[in-house]
Amino acid sequence: MAHRWTNTLTRADVTPEPLWLNRRQVIAGALGAGAMASIASPAMAETLEPNTWEHITSYNNFYEFGTDKEDPAANAHRLNTSGWEIEVDGLVDAPGRYSLTSLLEGLSEEERIYRFRCVEAWSMVVPWNGVELKDILDKVGVQSGAKYVAFETANRPDEMPGLRYPVLDWPYREGLRLDEALHPLTLMAMGIYGKPIPNQNGAPIRLVVPWKYGFKSIKSIVRITLTDQEPATSWNMANAREYGFYSNVNPTVSHPRWSQASERKIGGGLFNRRQPTLMFNGYEAEVADLYKGMDLTTYF
Amino acid sequence: MLIQWINTGLRKIPTWVLYLILPIPGLMAIAAGLTDNLGPEPINELEEELGEFALKLLILGLAVSPLLHFTRINLVRFRRAIGVMAFAYVTAHFLVWFVIDLQGLNQIWTEIVKRPYVTVGFAGFVAMIPLAITSNDLSVRRLGRFWRILHRLTYLVAILAGLHFILLSKGFDVEALAHMVVILAFLALRVNKWRRGLQSGLQGLRKKFVG
Repeated sequence: MAHRWTNTLTRADVTPEPLWLNRRQVIAGALGAGAMASIASPAMAETLEPNTWEHITSYNNFYEFGTDKEDPAANAHRLNTSGWEIEVDGLVDAPGRYSLTSLLEGLSEEERIYRFRCVEAWSMVVPWNGVELKDILDKVGVQSGAKYVAFETANRPDEMPGLRYPVLDWPYREGLRLDEALHPLTLMAMGIYGKPIPNQNGAPIRLVVPWKYGFKSIKSIVRITLTDQEPATSWNMANAREYGFYSNVNPTVSHPRWSQASERKIGGGLFNRRQPTLMFNGYEAEVADLYKGMDLTTYF
Repeated sequence: MLIQWINTGLRKIPTWVLYLILPIPGLMAIAAGLTDNLGPEPINELEEELGEFALKLLILGLAVSPLLHFTRINLVRFRRAIGVMAFAYVTAHFLVWFVIDLQGLNQIWTEIVKRPYVTVGFAGFVAMIPLAITSNDLSVRRLGRFWRILHRLTYLVAILAGLHFILLSKGFDVEALAHMVVILAFLALRVNKWRRGLQSGLQGLRKKFVG
């Protein structure tokens, strides 16, 4: 069942393809949109402009393809995503090795325009296409004892040159609490701007959890495990002091290396201003209830 | 033979040429930033390019002595220009961070105190200031022996710069570690020399007063 969550951003917030091809024209487009603002919905007052396809697909953290931002775009073509399979195991009614097509069969795909906030204090706005994770979990049948969902990224050294270096303990692992996984905001994305998601962005299927730092949104998923224990997650394993299991976007909890109070939205040029970071990345109304009574400085 | 030929060639190059050549990569990066050619996140990119080039110049400066010792290639004449340009790059790197990245005077002290990578990087920058100020013939003459001792700070600066790179990298960063290995190798070569110098100095003293 889709459309549990209604986007405050609309199709009108997406820069049309001919416009994002040229930044100057995008600025002109924004002026045009401003002229229409009087007849548009109040949500448009947010003036969130999705990033260009070029920026979204050329500035990536995907360490399996190298640690520089431009490495994934340069190297990810080596990943073969055809015939993709996902192992679903643990506390599920129907475990097994699913082909991506069979896992997605019958599920309704929709567009979600989300803010995307990296722990490195930069951000983007991305128009994703995908299905709610809940729909996939409903399909495989979550058993009553399950409390967490664990994910794993593909681990193919021949296709992912970054795996030669022990930057992290491979394969990349992430996890969510079950209620977070079932939240209507939590998406499994297969597309961006209505096109198939490029490899550097996590083809053929990736997680998108918009109220958490970007590294939680694990890419190129090959395994989904339902478990009753909090799963080990890669960045937490590498440096538990800096990266917690929850990693919710929170401007009041500072990271040892980056102030999380502000962020810089990609695409503003050399004199781009920082903007204040929003609690839960602006999704406080939707997700704050999940963490009621939790001390978010302890469970960061 | 080859070495002699190289050294003869090097002697023909006036040192001021370095002050013209070495700024080029930095100026090109700044020009690229101003013309929207530094990628999606030009502020970080410019910071990184200036910082990395500064670190490479620092390492090149450290390489001058071992290069002379092991290969007889003589770059000693150029060492001041290399050092001064390294300082210029570090200053530019600092200014980009402070003026266009941080965007606020009220934040700078918090950042310096709270973030170890900034603390270490800033300490390296500060340690370079006396070196830059004394990079002239007058200071060399005035300070005499003390000038050589003062300029051993270069090793501390290089270590702080290498550590800054390691601390700001996420995860296990091979590139940052490789830079540090090179810096420590040069330091190890020096420490040996200093120890020998110290030992022979002590022996001299002993002969003078004991023997």
